[in-house]
Amino acid sequence: MARYLLLRLLWVMPVALGVASGVFFFIHLLPGDPIDLMLGEMAADANRVALREALHLDEPILKQYGRYMGLLIQGDLGQSFSMKQPVLTVILARYPATLQLSLAALVIALFLAIPLGLLAALRKGTGTDRGILLFSLVGVATPNFLLGPLLILFFSLKMDWLPVSGKAGFSSLVLPALTLGIGMSAILVRMTRSSVLSVIRKEFILTAQAKGIPTRWIIVRHLFRNALMPIITLVGLQFGALLTGSIITETLFSWPGLGRLTISAILSRDYPLVQGCVLVIALTYLMVSLLVDLMYAVVDPRVRYS
Amino acid sequence: MKRASITIAFLVLCLLALSALFAPVIAPYHPLEIYLEQGLSSPSVTHLFGQDKLGRDVASRILYGGRVSLGVGVTVLVISLAMGLLVGTVAGFFGGRVDAVLMRMVDVFLAFPGILLAIAMAALLGPSVTNIVIALSALGWAGFARLIRAQILVVREEEYIWAAKAIGVGSIQIIGRHLIPNILAPVIVEATFQMAYVIVAEASLSFLGLGVQPPMPSWGGMLNDARSFLLVAPHLVVVPGLFITITVIALNLLGDDLRNRLDVRKD
Repeated sequence: MARYLLLRLLWVMPVALGVASGVFFFIHLLPGDPIDLMLGEMAADANRVALREALHLDEPILKQYGRYMGLLIQGDLGQSFSMKQPVLTVILARYPATLQLSLAALVIALFLAIPLGLLAALRKGTGTDRGILLFSLVGVATPNFLLGPLLILFFSLKMDWLPVSGKAGFSSLVLPALTLGIGMSAILVRMTRSSVLSVIRKEFILTAQAKGIPTRWIIVRHLFRNALMPIITLVGLQFGALLTGSIITETLFSWPGLGRLTISAILSRDYPLVQGCVLVIALTYLMVSLLVDLMYAVVDPRVRYS
Repeated sequence: MKRASITIAFLVLCLLALSALFAPVIAPYHPLEIYLEQGLSSPSVTHLFGQDKLGRDVASRILYGGRVSLGVGVTVLVISLAMGLLVGTVAGFFGGRVDAVLMRMVDVFLAFPGILLAIAMAALLGPSVTNIVIALSALGWAGFARLIRAQILVVREEEYIWAAKAIGVGSIQIIGRHLIPNILAPVIVEATFQMAYVIVAEASLSFLGLGVQPPMPSWGGMLNDARSFLLVAPHLVVVPGLFITITVIALNLLGDDLRNRLDVRKD
């Protein structure tokens, strides 16, 4: 187990370097000049040249790449063009907000999806089942930028229960987390339902029933536990999607997270900041998928890593 | 019940496509015509979905916006299908080193967070319909390539392919006549879901101001415009939002139905 963990962690390094290289060339090769955006197109040529030199943008691209990679290996993500601060500092200031939002959305999604999915499977074919499937169908198809404003309209503007936007305490977290969480739960409900349905006819469930184990106990210990694997996989994938999906939601609710930071970095051609943001998102994604693989072993004793 | 919902989904899609196609004929007003004094009016008999902040007729803008949403959806689908078909077939049919190189390329494209890449491309290339199509097609082909390759690998070993090879049929003809027709079912199913994804992605980009530029109407852009008038004119948010949602629901229902009917395994 320890060996497996170590190997997986070692593997993160080359992948991260690959992602960093990909992003580097991607943004450097696309059109758009950061100098224009920083100084305006009317700036004096002398100033432009000076700034270009100061940012090393006058060097050949491979030399810039070498410099970037050299610093990256030492853990230095460089200096943000637009914020005049180290990229790492800027990102670390925003990262907790995104993590908080993603985790809150995840909690909401799980609390909605697992009971509903279980209920739909246990009542398969009934009106309850159909109702839950309808929720899932509509939920999947409703984009964040429709759900978000509708929640704002009802809970903030009409009822005045929750703040419209910004980040100030727990109450401001509720609406963005609901917006993200409901969408995610719609996908999870279907997975939970079909996963439970695939276990429900298994012989060990019948055996448990024959032994006279109380139904509630069977559902929790035998049915749900065995249906959990695909659900965990999907949660892992979805959590990764949450991190990027939060771009719209963060914009909608003026949530000061990584998503909005990435957008503004892209728009201002802040190369080091874009690189840093994408790298951090990719690393988080890798960590989540590692966590998911470790969860398998916790949930299913048959899974052993060596 | 099930049949009815599929029929409705299909009819809804046909209706949306026709109304987008014939927008200039059926739109009651010009989508850019401004009536400032009637700004933010609620739905009425003369303006079915009300009027936006500049008094433009929302129904007409929805019709024209549908041309963007569905048009981008179809265009991106065609381009990414063509690219996916090319790459996937070549990789699957020829195998070996060609396959390895092409599939690593696909992996790279699939590894990047999709919508983020589209945002970056749209932002860097400059916001326009063409650039949105480029950005979304650049993302969409990789999934198709992988799916098509996997299907080709299965069909390639069928006896009729061996038979065709044995009697000396050329590679191109085998691919075109025998391989592709036999892998279409899962590709069609995937295409239906992909179309739904593309429509939402286009709306997201337009919502972020990176897509279709005003005053040209698009469903995502209309939603973005309407955000500031949420309390006074909620219909401005709800109407374009509902059109996106209904389109996506219809496509998803159709995809589910096709999957069952064409007997395509999940995953």
